Amino acid sequence: MSNVHTKTLAQLAAGLRAKEFSSAELTRLFLDRIEASQPVLNAFISVTREQALAAAEAADRELAASRGGTLTGVPIAHKDIFCTAGVRTTCGSRMLDNFVSPYDATLVAKLKAAGVVMLGKANMDEFAMGSSNETSYYGPVRNPWNTDLVPGGSSGGSAAAVAARLAPAATATDTGGSIRQPAALCGVTGLKPTYGRVSRYGMIAFASSLDQGGIITTTAQDAALILREMAGFDANDSTSVDTPVPDYAASLNAPLAGLKIGLLKEFFDKGLDPENERRIREALATYEKLGATLREVSLPNLPLSVPAYYVVAPAECSSNLARFDGVRFGHRCKEPRDLLDLYKRSRGEGFGAEVKRRIMTGTYVLSAGYYDAYYLKAQKVRQLITTDFTRAFGEVDVLMGPTTPTTAFAIGAKTSDPITMYLNDIYTIGANLAGLPAMSIPCGFVQGLPVGLQLVGPHFSEAKLLNVAHLYQRETEWHTRVPERYA
Amino acid sequence: MSESEATRTEASPSEATPWETVIGLEIHAQLATKSKIFSGSAIAYGAPPNAQANLVDLGYPGVLPVLNAEAVRMAVKFGLAIGARIAPHSVFARKNYFYPDLPKGYQISQYELPIVGQGSIDIVLDDGTKKRVGVTRAHLEEDAGKSLHEGLPGVSGIDLNRAGTPLVEIVSEPDMRSAKEAVAYMKKVHTLVRYLEICDGNMQEGSFRCDANVSVRRRGAEKFGTRAEIKNLNSFRFVEKAINYEVERQIDLIESGGKVKQETRLYDPDKGETRSMRSKEEANDYRYFPDPDLLPVVVNETFIAAVRASLPELPDQKAVRFSSQYGLSAYDAGVLTASRELAAYYEEVASEVPGEPKLAANWVMGELAAALNREGLESDGGKLPATRLAGLLKRIADQTISGKIAKEVFEAMWASGAGADAIIEEKGLKQITDSSAIERAIDEVMAKNPVQLADYRSGKDKLFGFFVGQVMKATQGKANPAQLNELLKKKLPG
Repeated sequence: MSNVHTKTLAQLAAGLRAKEFSSAELTRLFLDRIEASQPVLNAFISVTREQALAAAEAADRELAASRGGTLTGVPIAHKDIFCTAGVRTTCGSRMLDNFVSPYDATLVAKLKAAGVVMLGKANMDEFAMGSSNETSYYGPVRNPWNTDLVPGGSSGGSAAAVAARLAPAATATDTGGSIRQPAALCGVTGLKPTYGRVSRYGMIAFASSLDQGGIITTTAQDAALILREMAGFDANDSTSVDTPVPDYAASLNAPLAGLKIGLLKEFFDKGLDPENERRIREALATYEKLGATLREVSLPNLPLSVPAYYVVAPAECSSNLARFDGVRFGHRCKEPRDLLDLYKRSRGEGFGAEVKRRIMTGTYVLSAGYYDAYYLKAQKVRQLITTDFTRAFGEVDVLMGPTTPTTAFAIGAKTSDPITMYLNDIYTIGANLAGLPAMSIPCGFVQGLPVGLQLVGPHFSEAKLLNVAHLYQRETEWHTRVPERYA
Repeated sequence: MSESEATRTEASPSEATPWETVIGLEIHAQLATKSKIFSGSAIAYGAPPNAQANLVDLGYPGVLPVLNAEAVRMAVKFGLAIGARIAPHSVFARKNYFYPDLPKGYQISQYELPIVGQGSIDIVLDDGTKKRVGVTRAHLEEDAGKSLHEGLPGVSGIDLNRAGTPLVEIVSEPDMRSAKEAVAYMKKVHTLVRYLEICDGNMQEGSFRCDANVSVRRRGAEKFGTRAEIKNLNSFRFVEKAINYEVERQIDLIESGGKVKQETRLYDPDKGETRSMRSKEEANDYRYFPDPDLLPVVVNETFIAAVRASLPELPDQKAVRFSSQYGLSAYDAGVLTASRELAAYYEEVASEVPGEPKLAANWVMGELAAALNREGLESDGGKLPATRLAGLLKRIADQTISGKIAKEVFEAMWASGAGADAIIEEKGLKQITDSSAIERAIDEVMAKNPVQLADYRSGKDKLFGFFVGQVMKATQGKANPAQLNELLKKKLPG
């Protein structure tokens, strides 16, 4: 079992089928790693050892009978934003500290049906609102590459867990960069699918028109295997799209000769750290070697994406989070005097500062007299940005650029200034506003910290993105690097 | 309640006042779908609290709404029935406010882009004049749950069975000028939704209710007065009383130098008055915005054509046909077509008794309606099937019994469920049409009443009726009235 934890999910699945190890052994290995890491990394909110081992034993019976699918017996982690039946689902908030979901999210149910074993629930920014995992009620997650630094957010627990090889894969969600940014800062592979590709049913809503479930893995190949199982139309989600789910793994090795890569001019701006830029340029050179051609493209409205996002997302969040009122589930204040007191104190005590800030911002921008100036205008900007992307994809097959302006920053460095924190999402938000699929893959290091290359494709081009990412990973070994302490 | 208040609520503003009343109604009709508008829960009335509330209805974290296509079809049906434009693209919006019986903290409704656009509804007033009332729009929305206080000291109970029940909200133009017009309009909408089978119309259970926007202005004024909205009226009688009370209140207020405040008011049926609930300043800012969980509702021409083809004969069309086919007055045709069941009942009776459509109309609107009314029933419910009533009318038509005896037979039929012939037979009510038998009875009466006979013969014509009565009495009312009249006219003068 030596170094089994560094194997990819594809290798683990093959090992299980070849009976090199059992699912129970594998599951115990990762559970032990999680528990050992918790005091430092804090990547998990709940570790579901008993359920995991029971599921692993069931998977082993399937495997022994040569039944089951490609993922049978593979342990993974779920971001604690996904409802898991009979398991506490907190969304990183005190508000849901006592909430045991009575049902499985569609994504969870689908992966369960594919045979995966859930190790536990990954830590995250409260209600997915944050870029550093510092807003979690359960404390910050630390970056495995340097534990003084943030792992990024909001899927910080998922990214840190995969980077430290506490799990071969972890589900995640991306509303403004919450998969790609932590994947970049932790040196792992993150995939945000097209809006509507993966069901949102059972994924606790932050901003419904932007939220999309996805996956964090060590390789593009692993992401392809998992996406195939979790994607697809869901009758419970009206915004999920009824289009066939391809075999993403089948096209991973399609040659890149003739691939037209667009370099997003707006991404190579003065905010981009020069050393980070160098790593990105090197990655682009690798693509040229693989037969791709580069050209610069401009998305003139893209610089408006941060302000547009910070109107639309809070607006939707202010409404989505209204159901947390202390009446039916979640936190309720002690001895409310009356209804108003119940609302005020339950919500006042249950939500953290960043969540309150966004609820207030959202309430404000939707208010009578401000709606047109903010919400409606932001929606128009969103349309302009979408049109920019569509135009760009008329010229190129895939857009590339940095995922983040810098490598991971120190815990506490940006907490006092929300605007600086928000600007960390400057390169990732555009894909959410336009509903596009996007990835972040490791492309080198700056002073020992990983740098992420971002790929953005047209709607439903996940197969192409995974192919483009996979061929880069065949040429490079950045994605195989493990933080020394967790190697 | 003081004496003056009690009388005032009954009074309706007289035509002679210098004030004009302006009323618009927002009617909420609960759609008769099997399941809720955004979840698979059943919507049957009367289930134990929260037995019909699933995770979506409870607003659990992570759940999403999925639109019930049947609710859309029903709303389109209504729109087509009032000649409205059906929006090819309509949008669900969130209406945000906190309330314990509103699980998500917002109600899913339609705001800027409703599914049904402008249409109109014709009403007939008591004096026979017709009036057209504009419908501004009709939109789909979900109902909230209920807060329960009775029998729960110190706490409130929440029943979410009703949460998510589909409603169509029908918003009228401020076209009505009296409480009676408002009631006529509401009754017409009630008739329509039941014809269309999109709402059971049960007002006691809250399936059909309205909010009334009421204002007054000086006759001839162009601008509307400030309006008050009276919430949640669930009977025609309450609508009329609440509006009349509110009109008087506003007039009194203005005449005594005050100003009407824009506010929401509640009608208290026990006290017969409206009370302020909240003012405009206290009103919620609902922060409407398009619901990102739901796609726009797209309705194409094929769908509209299919719904149009499914429309039944509508009340106005049916009334016109009744007038021409059965020779009924507009009023009678209107009454008989007020419900689809009544109209069908009438048509069945009329077809069973050929050549007597007016007789059928009189009996359906008269004795039958009175009997139903007496027992508070909506329909005969199988107690007196149309064929059985027709059996009675046949005996009137063929002169087996008189109209008067028929009423007696009717009551017996209603009470026992037996057929007309059996009752006529059993009670020996068959009409006497044998002239010699009637003559014999006349002779006996004349012999017994010599004084009256002499008076009649000396010119007291009025006594004719006395003799009719006496002969009827002697024959237990069974003498054929026409024959009796004729024979008396022959015999009395001597």
